[in-house]
Amino acid sequence: MRRKIITMLAAGLIAGLAFGAAHAADRSTVVIGTTQVPRHFNGAVQSGVATAMPSTQIFASPLRYDDNWNPKPYLAKSWDVAPDGLSITLHLVTNAVFHDGKPVTSEDVAFSIMAIKKYHPFQTMLAAVDKVDTPDAYTAIIRLNHPQPSLLLAMSPPLMPILPKHVYGDGQDLRTHPANLKPIGSGPFKLAEYKQGDYVVLEKFDRFFIPGRPKLDKIVYKIVSDPNAAIIGLERGDINILPFVSGIRDIERLEKAPNIFITDKGFAGIGPLNWLAFNTKKKPLDDARVRQAIAYAGNRDAIIKALMGGKATPATGPIAPDSPFYEPKVESYKHDVAKAQKLLDEAGYPKKADGTRFSLTIDYIPGVNEQQRNVAEFLRSQLKRVGIVVEVRAASDFPTWAQRVSSYDFDMTMDAVYNWGDPVIGVDRTYLSSNIRKGVIWSNTQQYSNPKVDKILAAAATETSPEKRKALYSEFQKIVVNDAPIFYINVAPYRNAFDKKLTNLPTTIWGLMSPLDELSWANESKK
Amino acid sequence: MNSLLHLLRQVMNGIGLLFAVIVLNFFMIHLAPGDPVQVIAGEMGGASAEVVAALREKYGLNDSLIHQLMTYLSKVATGDFGYSYYYNEPVLNLIFSRLPATVYLAVTSLILAVVIGTLLGTVSARRPNGLLSQLVTVVSLVGYSAPIFWTGLMLLLLFGSIWPIMPVSGMANVVDQKAGFAYVIDVAHHLILPSVTLAIVFMAQYSRLARVNMIDVLSSDYIRTARAKGLPERTVIGKHALRNTLIPIVTIVGLQFGNLFAGAILVETVFSWPGLGRLVFESILRRDYPTLLAVLFFSALLVMVANIITDFVYRMIDPRIQARVG
Repeated sequence: MRRKIITMLAAGLIAGLAFGAAHAADRSTVVIGTTQVPRHFNGAVQSGVATAMPSTQIFASPLRYDDNWNPKPYLAKSWDVAPDGLSITLHLVTNAVFHDGKPVTSEDVAFSIMAIKKYHPFQTMLAAVDKVDTPDAYTAIIRLNHPQPSLLLAMSPPLMPILPKHVYGDGQDLRTHPANLKPIGSGPFKLAEYKQGDYVVLEKFDRFFIPGRPKLDKIVYKIVSDPNAAIIGLERGDINILPFVSGIRDIERLEKAPNIFITDKGFAGIGPLNWLAFNTKKKPLDDARVRQAIAYAGNRDAIIKALMGGKATPATGPIAPDSPFYEPKVESYKHDVAKAQKLLDEAGYPKKADGTRFSLTIDYIPGVNEQQRNVAEFLRSQLKRVGIVVEVRAASDFPTWAQRVSSYDFDMTMDAVYNWGDPVIGVDRTYLSSNIRKGVIWSNTQQYSNPKVDKILAAAATETSPEKRKALYSEFQKIVVNDAPIFYINVAPYRNAFDKKLTNLPTTIWGLMSPLDELSWANESKK
Repeated sequence: MNSLLHLLRQVMNGIGLLFAVIVLNFFMIHLAPGDPVQVIAGEMGGASAEVVAALREKYGLNDSLIHQLMTYLSKVATGDFGYSYYYNEPVLNLIFSRLPATVYLAVTSLILAVVIGTLLGTVSARRPNGLLSQLVTVVSLVGYSAPIFWTGLMLLLLFGSIWPIMPVSGMANVVDQKAGFAYVIDVAHHLILPSVTLAIVFMAQYSRLARVNMIDVLSSDYIRTARAKGLPERTVIGKHALRNTLIPIVTIVGLQFGNLFAGAILVETVFSWPGLGRLVFESILRRDYPTLLAVLFFSALLVMVANIITDFVYRMIDPRIQARVG
């Protein structure tokens, strides 16, 4: 009897192992590993990567973008911006339906735009929108109070999901709407199953409005809490795509893996910057010369070379280098200890008898050691050379750090902030004096205030001529880099890692936060 | 009758304790810096001041702490554990969807630890200075000293990467979902590494405990008597000695239920096991007060129930306790 049980168990185990091996051959499904747990799937009320990745598959948006910042038709087959910039007319495709079979009309677009304006975390995004007219079922006219050129980018998949009015327009609070977890959209994939904290299964939507798409039958988002397990899963083929890899060792390891393709494309839209921020209201950091001195002493090149294995791009200003508004001709703060010493002397902080000038604290976001903690430690040793004593303060978790920084209880802090495509959405918030809002993380927590910058940013937000707009942002970047409320260090070295057999990879500005309707397995028929 | 009275007394004590657990946890979690809105704003990539203010208002975070506690207590009294700030779901749904995974993990680990631990301890006690005994001692020491997450990562590397015969994350195959018996096998396959990881620490403790007790028991008079009667060694150890050796082990099992749960937090994180442990971990990082308080409440409840059960099992094994109380 006992032997029989053992035999049965062994047979069961072997069967289990065989099952495990079988799924590797499934070529109609893609498994995307992620360490992030989405709150829900409604990108209209929740920004951020965790929601945007599945949300952009479930919901379609008016426009989508290629890898050169050009808008492309999506739910809107064409669009016209009025010469005065005060209205944008969207001409919608006529064959789009939601996952429940109801047609996508201008009513849905109008409802979604007003909902996003009301609830979306980025309130500046649709600030100019007054109302949306719907002259017919497939035309939506967005009326603006003033021109807002950033609006076209705000119609991207991660920022403007078109919600079905007949589902979400029932008067319930959209932030806690039950349909946020059981979403109905018109995107290429529909939600099949969500096991909370474990996985999300999306299935091909057969009536997707673009013929012949999507190419895949299924996308699975597998939530893997341990990054090491995620890397192993990718190497084994349990996971086919691993987004947002940023560990230097992991990048180096995956670059060598024979079955993996790893790319830094797909992050231009978010423009992730890693920087050292100063509390500009605290002495001695209220003096721009002191901040500049720290930047000169900081040694950005060494940080990128030594701490990040050369895998990160230097950041030189408030706008990420991949943005069309990037201005490279700014003060570079090339490593110069003598200049740093001179600036500190001029600012009235000479070296004391013990060789020190003053002491400061530096905080960092816990959990991302290579980008944050290690840089803080490195800066401590760099600043010691110019007589600044730095104490590195650890925080036990993100809310602890956020509490300190948003209540201005800090001298200097490492920080990571995203551009989110257009400066109006993700850049202005850090520098506008009107956005010095205590208790709000990633507002102007530096408490930086320069009336000229306020004026330029206000003008650029409404400037309809692309050339003039670029010139304004160029001037803005020069001023801010000079004022140095922040020492810009690097673009976060994010990579997306793919199984080499996948084709039509999402390398657009939004990367994996854009519809994966073209993604497919190469040269292999479906199972 | 006396037993029943004893049980009733324990239950009453338990209720008082649960109340204390809620209040204490409530203040502790609020002592931690930061609030859930900051985390939500953080994961949204930042949020405007208006949105942050609206969320704080919606979650009642602007009220005084006492007011928040009173609101919470009155809700809990009616069985309403609230709504998760972070996950937008009723907390009870969250807990019940995660509970089975943790129960599988904890129970499997416990059985593994007790059975193998006791077995190793018993075997090594028979020749306390033998090679096997020394080996068990060393293995126990290593198992006990190694941090759980380290053991987990090593097993993950060994059986997930170097010799990839085990799944590395999750509870079941998501791509090729199984049903019926195949599903059971699939889950069992996924359960091996996490449960072994969690069991190792406790296994070490039980083997040490069993060894020491067995040595002690084997030198006692009644064992000598049993042997003198000419009973076979198997009966002496299996029937007479083991039963007495088990008493302290059962006590420890009951006491360690809480530790098992704490260990599960780490194991679940390493192996992406979708259980309560990970929910706790995520809720702490996100200051998701309602979820955290409810999970802590239910784990306190679980530990209490485990202790009451232990007490009863204890009486069954050792009739003397029954006699003393009764």
